[in-house]
Amino acid sequence: MTGKAGENSIMEKKKVTAIIRRQEQIAEDIYDLWLETDLCMEAKAGQFVSVYPPDGALLLPRPISICKIDKNAGLIRLVYRAVGNGTRIFSGMHSGHKLEILGVLGNGFPIEKADEKSVFVMGGGIGIPPMLQTVISLQERSKAKNINAVLGYRNERFLMDEFSMHCLAYAATEDGSYGTKGNVMDVLREHSLRADVIFACGPMPMLRAIKEFSAQNGIEAYISLEERMACGVGACLGCVCKTKEIDAHSKVNNSRICTDGPVYYAPDVEI
Amino acid sequence: MNTKVKIAGVEFKNPVMTASGTFGSGMEYSDFVDLSKLGAVVTKGVAAKPWAGNDTPRIAETYGGMLNAIGLQNPGIDTFIERDLAFLKDYDTKVIVNVCGKTVEEYLEVVERLGHEKRVDLLEINVSCPNVKEGAIAFGQDPKALSHITKEIKKKAVQPVIMKLSPNVTDIALMAKTAEEAGADAISLINTITGMKIDIYRKKFALANKTGGLSGPAIKPVAVRMVYQAAHAVSIPVIGMGGIGNAEDALEFIMAGATAVAIGAMNFVNPYATVETIEGIEAFMKSQGVEDIGQLIGAVN
Repeated sequence: MTGKAGENSIMEKKKVTAIIRRQEQIAEDIYDLWLETDLCMEAKAGQFVSVYPPDGALLLPRPISICKIDKNAGLIRLVYRAVGNGTRIFSGMHSGHKLEILGVLGNGFPIEKADEKSVFVMGGGIGIPPMLQTVISLQERSKAKNINAVLGYRNERFLMDEFSMHCLAYAATEDGSYGTKGNVMDVLREHSLRADVIFACGPMPMLRAIKEFSAQNGIEAYISLEERMACGVGACLGCVCKTKEIDAHSKVNNSRICTDGPVYYAPDVEI
Repeated sequence: MNTKVKIAGVEFKNPVMTASGTFGSGMEYSDFVDLSKLGAVVTKGVAAKPWAGNDTPRIAETYGGMLNAIGLQNPGIDTFIERDLAFLKDYDTKVIVNVCGKTVEEYLEVVERLGHEKRVDLLEINVSCPNVKEGAIAFGQDPKALSHITKEIKKKAVQPVIMKLSPNVTDIALMAKTAEEAGADAISLINTITGMKIDIYRKKFALANKTGGLSGPAIKPVAVRMVYQAAHAVSIPVIGMGGIGNAEDALEFIMAGATAVAIGAMNFVNPYATVETIEGIEAFMKSQGVEDIGQLIGAVN
């Protein structure tokens, strides 16, 4: 198959203590968190870490995708939405505080699939952050013919300026306050954009639309999925997605998103 | 100092095991833990054929605990033997294989296949999973059904048999005695407690299966109580579990009467929990001047 998503990372997973170096709110309920951790050395675009709430009653680590990796400074950046009791605690923490994190998890985007090709990097809502490192990694590799970012927001924009530093970035807002009124698919239609490869992360309706669009237009699409997780390392079988073929590990039509994903070649998964 | 314990003639280097379903077959946790340090690896429930399990969401966090409704997804006995058991050959630990099925015949098929496998030290029979419609818990809530399946399995099993009991019963002592009288070599408890969570904003159940099994520290006092009751009802060894995350937790179960303990959901909270618990038990024994772990088993009456 031409399109299989990236192989599992062979790096050893670890639970480590990270130190918060900076945190600020960048939009309503959206927080920009920089963590000092050695895990940055092994991280790549599309992977995630799981962050433990510093409260013994909240057992499970919160999986959060990596927005940016700064190996020189030893930092990883997480941009997340404070939605529940765990992420709300993170949002109240400051520089110097410590967080336990598990990582690096997941396979990441197979950016080499964009070599000599034009690529859309598409993000919707809180699926936008991991696409920033994806754009940066594509640019560093400098083999893609052309990189366009297509970002879908509810209303308030975040990270858009940073995408614009690395590639041409289009935006859609649901309320039409900026860019195309509607969603990321409306952006493609409005600007008649064409690409050979898509990397995407966002809400399920967006990923379904991309899967369908890519199938109809002969585009190779890689989509990042999410699901409620427990262990984060592939043991508990909590976070599975349905697969088209029988999965090599599970021997049924289920793949472990935390370990064999979160990034899948779109035709391989039933969403 | 001796931390070795014996169950059905099998000697474990220490009393700390993994709880079935939380640790795969050890592969996924071998990044974190030297499996050779563990008393035993207890593998995820395996059936005669691959099972797809339940729809997602399968996981929901609750205060001090978590609900799961995986539905015993497993790759089937063929893959389990070829891949998982083969993987465990490299480690110096005991292997307890958890067995599940929808009918007595399905359990027996797996039990017989495992009879040929030298790497398997004991069998743990799952008659207590609350998340599948057929089999499993249907055998674990009715003393007659429990007695029947235990006897049938004992007829075919090559390895000693542990019956894993459900806490979702009125009288745990009765179930423990039933398993013992039917020939079980040991019992393990507790499996998860059936629970439910509702997402009030979506007006939906948090789990696709509606109900799930509650595990984690939230259930520990219930588990300690049931282990105590079961241990006093039978003379076969008891393996205790339910919310254990450290040595203090493990020692509660041991003093309540458990010969060994298993760590489950807390592996997700701390992937190093098993080894840290072993070290903590040793430190406790040293500081308290306990020469043999046997002195602590059932120490509180």
